[in-house]
Amino acid sequence: MTKAGTTLVAADTPAPTARLPRRRGIELALIVVAVLLSVYGYCAVGIAKDGTVPPGAAGYGAGLGVLASVAHLAVRLRAPCADPVLLPIGVLLNGLGLVLIYRLDLETPGDRAAPAQLVWSTLGVALFIVVVLLLRDHRVLQRYSYVCVVAALVLLTLPIFFPAVNGARIWIRVAGFSIQPGEFAKVLLAVFFAAYLAANRNALAYTGRRVFGVERLQLPTGRVLGPLVAIWLLSVGVLVLERDLGTSLLFFGLFVVLLYVATGRTGWIALGLLLAAVGAVAVGQLEPHVHVRVEDWRQPFASIEAGEGPNQLSQSLFAFAAGGVLGTGLGLGDSILIGFAAKSDFILATAGEELGLAGLSAIFLLYGLLVERGYRAGLALRDPFGRLLAVGLASILALQVFVIAGGVTGLIPLTGMAMPFLAQGGSSVVTNWAIVALLIRLSHRSRSRLGIPEDPEDSRDSRNSRGPRDPKDPKDPENEESTV
Amino acid sequence: MTRHIRHAAFFCALLMIALLVNAARIQLFKARTYDDNIANRRTTIARYGQPRGDILVDGRPVTGSQDTGEHLRYERTYTNGPMYAPVTGFASQMYGTTLLEATEDGVLAGTDPLLSPFPVWSGAARDRHPGGDVATTLRGAAQKAAFEGLEGRKGAVAAVEPSTGRILALVSAPSYDPSALSGNGSSVPRSWSTLNRDRDKPMLNRAVRKTYPPGSTFKVVTAAAALDAGVIEDVDKPTRSPDPYTLPGTRTRLTNASEGCENAALRKAFEWSCNTVFAKLGVEVGAERMAATAQAFGFNRADLRIPYSVARSTFDREVDRAQLALSSIGQFNTRATPLQMAMVAAAVANGGQVRTPYLVERTTRAGGGTVSTAGSSPVRQAMRPSTAARMKELMVDVVREGTGTGAWIPGATVGGKTGTAQHGLGNSGTPYAWFVSWAQGDHDAEPKVAVAVVVEDADPDRGEISGGGDAAPIARSVMEAVLKSPAPRAP
Repeated sequence: MTKAGTTLVAADTPAPTARLPRRRGIELALIVVAVLLSVYGYCAVGIAKDGTVPPGAAGYGAGLGVLASVAHLAVRLRAPCADPVLLPIGVLLNGLGLVLIYRLDLETPGDRAAPAQLVWSTLGVALFIVVVLLLRDHRVLQRYSYVCVVAALVLLTLPIFFPAVNGARIWIRVAGFSIQPGEFAKVLLAVFFAAYLAANRNALAYTGRRVFGVERLQLPTGRVLGPLVAIWLLSVGVLVLERDLGTSLLFFGLFVVLLYVATGRTGWIALGLLLAAVGAVAVGQLEPHVHVRVEDWRQPFASIEAGEGPNQLSQSLFAFAAGGVLGTGLGLGDSILIGFAAKSDFILATAGEELGLAGLSAIFLLYGLLVERGYRAGLALRDPFGRLLAVGLASILALQVFVIAGGVTGLIPLTGMAMPFLAQGGSSVVTNWAIVALLIRLSHRSRSRLGIPEDPEDSRDSRNSRGPRDPKDPKDPENEESTV
Repeated sequence: MTRHIRHAAFFCALLMIALLVNAARIQLFKARTYDDNIANRRTTIARYGQPRGDILVDGRPVTGSQDTGEHLRYERTYTNGPMYAPVTGFASQMYGTTLLEATEDGVLAGTDPLLSPFPVWSGAARDRHPGGDVATTLRGAAQKAAFEGLEGRKGAVAAVEPSTGRILALVSAPSYDPSALSGNGSSVPRSWSTLNRDRDKPMLNRAVRKTYPPGSTFKVVTAAAALDAGVIEDVDKPTRSPDPYTLPGTRTRLTNASEGCENAALRKAFEWSCNTVFAKLGVEVGAERMAATAQAFGFNRADLRIPYSVARSTFDREVDRAQLALSSIGQFNTRATPLQMAMVAAAVANGGQVRTPYLVERTTRAGGGTVSTAGSSPVRQAMRPSTAARMKELMVDVVREGTGTGAWIPGATVGGKTGTAQHGLGNSGTPYAWFVSWAQGDHDAEPKVAVAVVVEDADPDRGEISGGGDAAPIARSVMEAVLKSPAPRAP
């Protein structure tokens, strides 16, 4: 079955020799591959554009290699049992992002974003190392959950006092740097949600009324509805005040996923979807900014037919189409036609055009693997907070990738968001390194707790997960709680 | 909780599958539709992403490509742009292409499947190859002579090689520099609107796209028709022609610019360009036969391409006798492009055969391999060879002692015909001065060049004009340039 299952078997056997292999060597090998792939991409861009290997190739490779090595050493030192795939995926996506931004910089000589992105990546890796080294037990974070939510709210409200940039109030400017506080707030909110739900999930799960006598559709009572409504209002507030549809979608989706995982109540999902639908329709009608996005999604080529030329979304679709199966090759596409935000929100279009469907699928699969590893850590962990945190962080990545990738490929209405690791944007890359660092810590914890008796929930769950649900089922959270 | 984590994971997997399926939809199934969207500039960028092939005159390029380093990377450049503009046309990033730049675009831009070693596959794959070159039939020296001859005036010159139909010179004045339209900067729309507003219409290719009343130069056609029809059997026998001549069925009296036209023989009438004689001859030949001869010379054909299209020269066959009389001296509805009149002179020089004129000798790949060659152009008999021989005599006389002495070239046999075409309301416009001619060097086996020159703003003093004064010297310098310049190497 799964690796978690293997773990269980190993845990059931008393022999301490059945330790999981640490697999740090595999991690190192994968990091080498990731760095080499990035350097290769960097060289491919230079060769395609100028016919020569770009002069900075060695420096770029060395820089990325040193960053990855230091991060690897930190993992070796403090999280030796961590999942060996997480860090290499982060390195590869970040390296590829730098290549794509460098490639687009060549089209905009007056606006070079790659050097700044490299600095932010360094900061991100530094934060990664700090988290891996200092956060010895993730459960410490549970104590600071209310500090986290206050910090998150402060970060979210800060940009309201700064001028809007391109229609969205999500930036603050400090000493020439643009910072998107909403990016940091994501992690803080995930910590808060995980802690809040870990503490209150019984109350949320076992109170409420049945609808039509069907237990599955049990709805929560008004008293516990409060937090959900508060978060919903927060999302809408973020949306209306900052005109940031993507972030509000992300927050709300994250909360609903965690709520479901924590309580298992489909009533929450139904209510969440209902509230989301009401919010979406209302905002779509009332906010012209959002309304335009929805219209663009329904008719991407309307502006062409109206004789106003292609809009960003149609340019993005053109770029993906031009890529075909194998792509034009790095440096040989024309995705710069997208214009504004080609390096940030629309970076995926460059990947789609120059690496083709093959490269795009590979990138999606890398994200998928990252998310899967996060969920795996969540499955293997024992404490509810750790499980919810792992699921929450992985879901942030999944939702974010879906919202922005779906937006630029015309699957859903376009909302401005950064493609994790790939897109230009310092706050985003730093946040994503923090997420990977937390996942490393969580996976280390999940894989290193050997010899400790397994949480009975997991073993039973794997046996009768499809069985009829009994209120007295021992796998219910109440019982689980008592075993901790 | 584990089960719900699995559910959430399953949900995330669904999201990823949706992304993958959608990516495949865009990049596989919709790709061709999106690629072909008119607003997608990738085709344009690819088009200008490589240097455009060149148009060659005497084996040397008269065009070039400049790497601007901009998004639309290569811009067209022209050497002697105004001189060659009536041949090359322009290749603009904003306004498309015209003339050879348009008709040969596939070769020049590299999209022609024949540029590929595997044309069938290439056509299916829509590849782009390095731009090929287009070698023209022009003679640089003749073009230069014609361009300099028309400098500061309005008019056109067309010169062809009678035995093949090769166009040796094609000039229109005033001209313009097509490189002003090449790029996409703000100066390009300015140039475009300035050129379009210009009352002299510098972008009009007068040599092939404008028709003029041919005036007396049309008498070559009328004389050929009369000889072919047997209306005239002896060019030296006096005709029964009154002076002035009253147009049949009217009271309009047609006069002559010169004396001695009454009952003049064809040779004298041709030499002195007697309107009365030729008007009456045309009527005697009849509309049917006049039209048949004119059409054999190329009139009334709308499908002539050299390879770009040439305006239709007209001879009206639905005419009464008075109109026929005027038509036969190149007035009324008779209109001709300068190229058409060069073909008339060429037919005389080439034993009565009209070769379809053409501009492109061959096209080559970037490496030099031939893509296509002109081959021999279609031929049509415009008059009997014996008639052509007599017409040559008549035209030689015009240059030797008639109105066309300005075209005389030492060391060569030159035949010509002047013309003065009235136009405008009540013939009030400045008359057009015409000259059509051919020349054969003393050491040549056959005539090497036939030329037609039209000058729109000829000297307004009607007593002095004649094509002889304004147009003949230009024709002479063009013919001299052809006779003196070495024939191009066989391709």
